[in-house]
Amino acid sequence: MPRDALLSYLRSIALIAEKDMRIYYTKPPVLMFGFLFPLFMFLSFSLGRSADLHTLFPGLAAMFVFFVASSVGPLITPWEKRAGTYERLLSFPVTVNTLILGDVVAGMLYGIFINVIILAVGMAAFGYSVSFTGVLIIAISLVLGAFCFSALGVLLASPASKNPPNVMLLSNLVRFPLIFISGIFVPIASLQGIARVAAYCSPITYLVNGFDLGLLGSTAIPLLFSWTVLIGFSVGFVLLARTFLRRNLMKGL
Amino acid sequence: MKRDRDDVIAVAGLTKRFGAITAVDDISFSVPEGELFGFLGPNGAGKTTTIRMLTGILTPNVGAVSIDGIDIQKHPIAAKMQMGIIPEMSNVYIELTAKQNVVLAGRFYGMHRKDVEERTDKLLQQFELSDRKDDRVEGFSKGMKQRVLIASALVHIPKVLFLDEPTSGLDVHSQRLIRAIIREMNDAGTTVFLTTHNIEEANTLCDRVGIINRGALAAIDTPERLKQAFNETQSVEVAFDKPTDIGEIERSGLVNRTERTGDTWRFYTDDPDALAKWILSFAERRKLSFTTLSIEGASLEDVFVTVTEG
Repeated sequence: MPRDALLSYLRSIALIAEKDMRIYYTKPPVLMFGFLFPLFMFLSFSLGRSADLHTLFPGLAAMFVFFVASSVGPLITPWEKRAGTYERLLSFPVTVNTLILGDVVAGMLYGIFINVIILAVGMAAFGYSVSFTGVLIIAISLVLGAFCFSALGVLLASPASKNPPNVMLLSNLVRFPLIFISGIFVPIASLQGIARVAAYCSPITYLVNGFDLGLLGSTAIPLLFSWTVLIGFSVGFVLLARTFLRRNLMKGL
Repeated sequence: MKRDRDDVIAVAGLTKRFGAITAVDDISFSVPEGELFGFLGPNGAGKTTTIRMLTGILTPNVGAVSIDGIDIQKHPIAAKMQMGIIPEMSNVYIELTAKQNVVLAGRFYGMHRKDVEERTDKLLQQFELSDRKDDRVEGFSKGMKQRVLIASALVHIPKVLFLDEPTSGLDVHSQRLIRAIIREMNDAGTTVFLTTHNIEEANTLCDRVGIINRGALAAIDTPERLKQAFNETQSVEVAFDKPTDIGEIERSGLVNRTERTGDTWRFYTDDPDALAKWILSFAERRKLSFTTLSIEGASLEDVFVTVTEG
């Protein structure tokens, strides 16, 4: 791609993301499913229990990243189709790829902003001593995880519905099982048989793994393998979202 | 695709099918630079599908569209850069201010922030929205939102402007303002492609009109030439000062058909001059006075009805 075309492509992605950030970050469904819901889940697993929060926090932080980053994507397309802004967006000199990546970047940044605070508070509260390498591992894992989960959110928005509550419902039907099959509440090394296989199928497992290594210094899966799988899931989600979105582009307009 | 040097829009054999339904069936036409072209048709005739294909939102099954010589299917971004588009089912972002909406549009077209802000301020002033430019669009009337939309489509000074029903459902003041802006843009050299249900709007604004019916292009010409081509719809309009039996006029042998609106009669005829003279003598015999007597040529509405009902 020529340099000017690449710059124009990146600028369009940034503009879509900027528009999404201005409009959708404060929408009630995003605040509900992206912030309040994981917060209450976090509190219900941490308050008044004898759980070892020092060990549990990396998994809970990964759950937070998952909920926050995947909460923006499902809302955007149905909301825009219902509000009548989607066709105008398509009329701008942008491609479907630009729209998808712009939405993914918006969800990813939302996941990163909120979880930097969550991680900082958690690290201070639970007394982790994290090296510079550990911080780097956490930062890279956070970026890759947030991108991956945001791409999943955009994929969940690609069906034709222009009714945001329907899409949010569908997204929760997919998100909840993923939470429970991941190694959030039980370390992956302790899982046996089909539970272990299921955990390997969830992208959240690989973020938990990265956070485990960064915060606790130990891990069940090699770090580079975890990052590669997160990148693989991201590419798969984006390609699937592109296929579905192209197929359903005009539905609901 | 054959294209004259000055054609800004060139359409060749455009066809769009949705399953078994052919929404647009092999239409071809061109719009030269600087023309204000009206695209008319009844509901479901294929107007919106056509404009969506012309603007690259929808891909045709067959056929090609070029905008200023750029094939929109092969180079959609380059072609879209030449256009300003107001789609039919379109709206502004109500969560953003009027200025933010227009600036966002300008930046999608690659304008620098400083340039786009200057141009936005100028446009919002022209559209009588200066004092509300920093207000969220949420509280705007439909007419004000439509003005913001049109400002967004004009911000990058497009070579060709596509408007799908731009004055539909607006109050008279907003309609007039938007028509004046369309005319002004056209006078400044912008080619305009306008779809509308409002026949009078097309009649007064457009240099040429195309009429689409059941997906096919049924007529295309200047409004005046279309009216001449459909001169069988000439009529004499009459209202008398008191009720009278008009059966004698209908039996004069000069009347093709009659329409009544309130106390006014409209007699369609092939020879309006002879019929008017006949009615004058009829009124003299019956000692009637006229409250209305006029000869009407074919209107664009008559042409539209004839073409789309035929």
